[in-house]
Amino acid sequence: MNYGIVSQEQIEQIDAILTDKLIKLGVDCVIVIDMAGNIITAKDNSENKYDVYSFAALAAGNFATVDAMAKLVGEEEFSLLFHKGQESSIHFSKIDEELLLISMFGQEISLGFLRLNVVDVIEQIKRLWNKS
Amino acid sequence: MSFINLKEKVVQVKIVYYGPGRCGKTTNLEYINRSFRNQIVSEMVSLKTHGDRTLFFDFLPFNMGKIKGYDIKIQLYTVPGQVKYNATRKLVLRGVDGIVFVADAMVKQREKNIRSLNQLHENLLSYKESIFKVPLVMQYNKVDLKEHGIPILPTEILQKDLNSRLQAPYFEASAVTGYNVPATLKKVIASTIISIQKKLF
Ligand SMILES: Nc1nc2c(ncn2[C@@H]2O[C@H](COP(=O)(O)OP(=O)(O)OP(=O)(O)O)[C@@H](O)[C@H]2O)c(=O)[nH]1
Ligand SMILES: [Mg+2]
Repeated sequence: MNYGIVSQEQIEQIDAILTDKLIKLGVDCVIVIDMAGNIITAKDNSENKYDVYSFAALAAGNFATVDAMAKLVGEEEFSLLFHKGQESSIHFSKIDEELLLISMFGQEISLGFLRLNVVDVIEQIKRLWNKS
Repeated sequence: MSFINLKEKVVQVKIVYYGPGRCGKTTNLEYINRSFRNQIVSEMVSLKTHGDRTLFFDFLPFNMGKIKGYDIKIQLYTVPGQVKYNATRKLVLRGVDGIVFVADAMVKQREKNIRSLNQLHENLLSYKESIFKVPLVMQYNKVDLKEHGIPILPTEILQKDLNSRLQAPYFEASAVTGYNVPATLKKVIASTIISIQKKLF
């Protein structure tokens, strides 16, 4: 996979996975970004609109910071990050060395259920990637 | 590395303003944010300390319009210039497509500019990038101070110190007045897009 370019077909396939596994579950917004802060794709439930470009820049910075901290305490990585708020929460998960999956969701969804689906989504996206 | 979405025909380009502490990187972005309102879609994000020093980065997305049918989205970042923040500077450089090196033209900052540029070179190496290959523009900032009687390095000295081997395009500038801030931006965008086109098409 050349990370610089994604084809229309790849994006459509990823979008379908995200919609099927996360948006339908009730997740407000899902973004796939690379570690440089670029957006690969973003899907939302059309009720919640976020400024996804700023979000991606901050999320990449946040993940990179925590990753650097992990190395300092001798961990290979903290592959999962979770921020909980009153109304909404954010879940970060590493897809591979270059890609991150970020889900924003409300109180209706349990973290456990979300995590199961996220694991599934990551598996599917990886399979797609490796084919190309 | 720029990111190209063939479905939506969007190209995302990352440009980083780099340079020693207090040289005027954030001021460059603030000027751009004020004077190109119709090309800026969202708020500038600034992660800073109480004393207005950049802690992590500033981020400003800038719309270039279309080139060959592709929507060009320029993502402008600054790094924190303070010496102690090199770990975060490195993080911001990840995937960079083009760099503006902002040097502080004040005489007393001469050494700091050189040290910062050397560290940029090392930081890029850690990503297996070369300062000789990344599109780079030099900006010699704060030239307005001359009028206020503050000693400024002549451009020839700055060129000799910083740009004799790199031979990058350069501008004297004043980020507070905006002098050559747009020219610097246009130059770095043009060089970066040319380099991306060479790699891709
Ligand atoms: N006279 C003059 N002052 C400037 C100029 N550019 C920046 N300054 C001033 O220099 C100080 C530092 O500017 P910043 O833009 O915050 O510097 P920075 O490079 O972002 O600093 P860090 O975030 O610490 O790396 C501020 O007080 C600015 O007003 C300039 O062109 N002329
Ligand atoms: Mg700053």
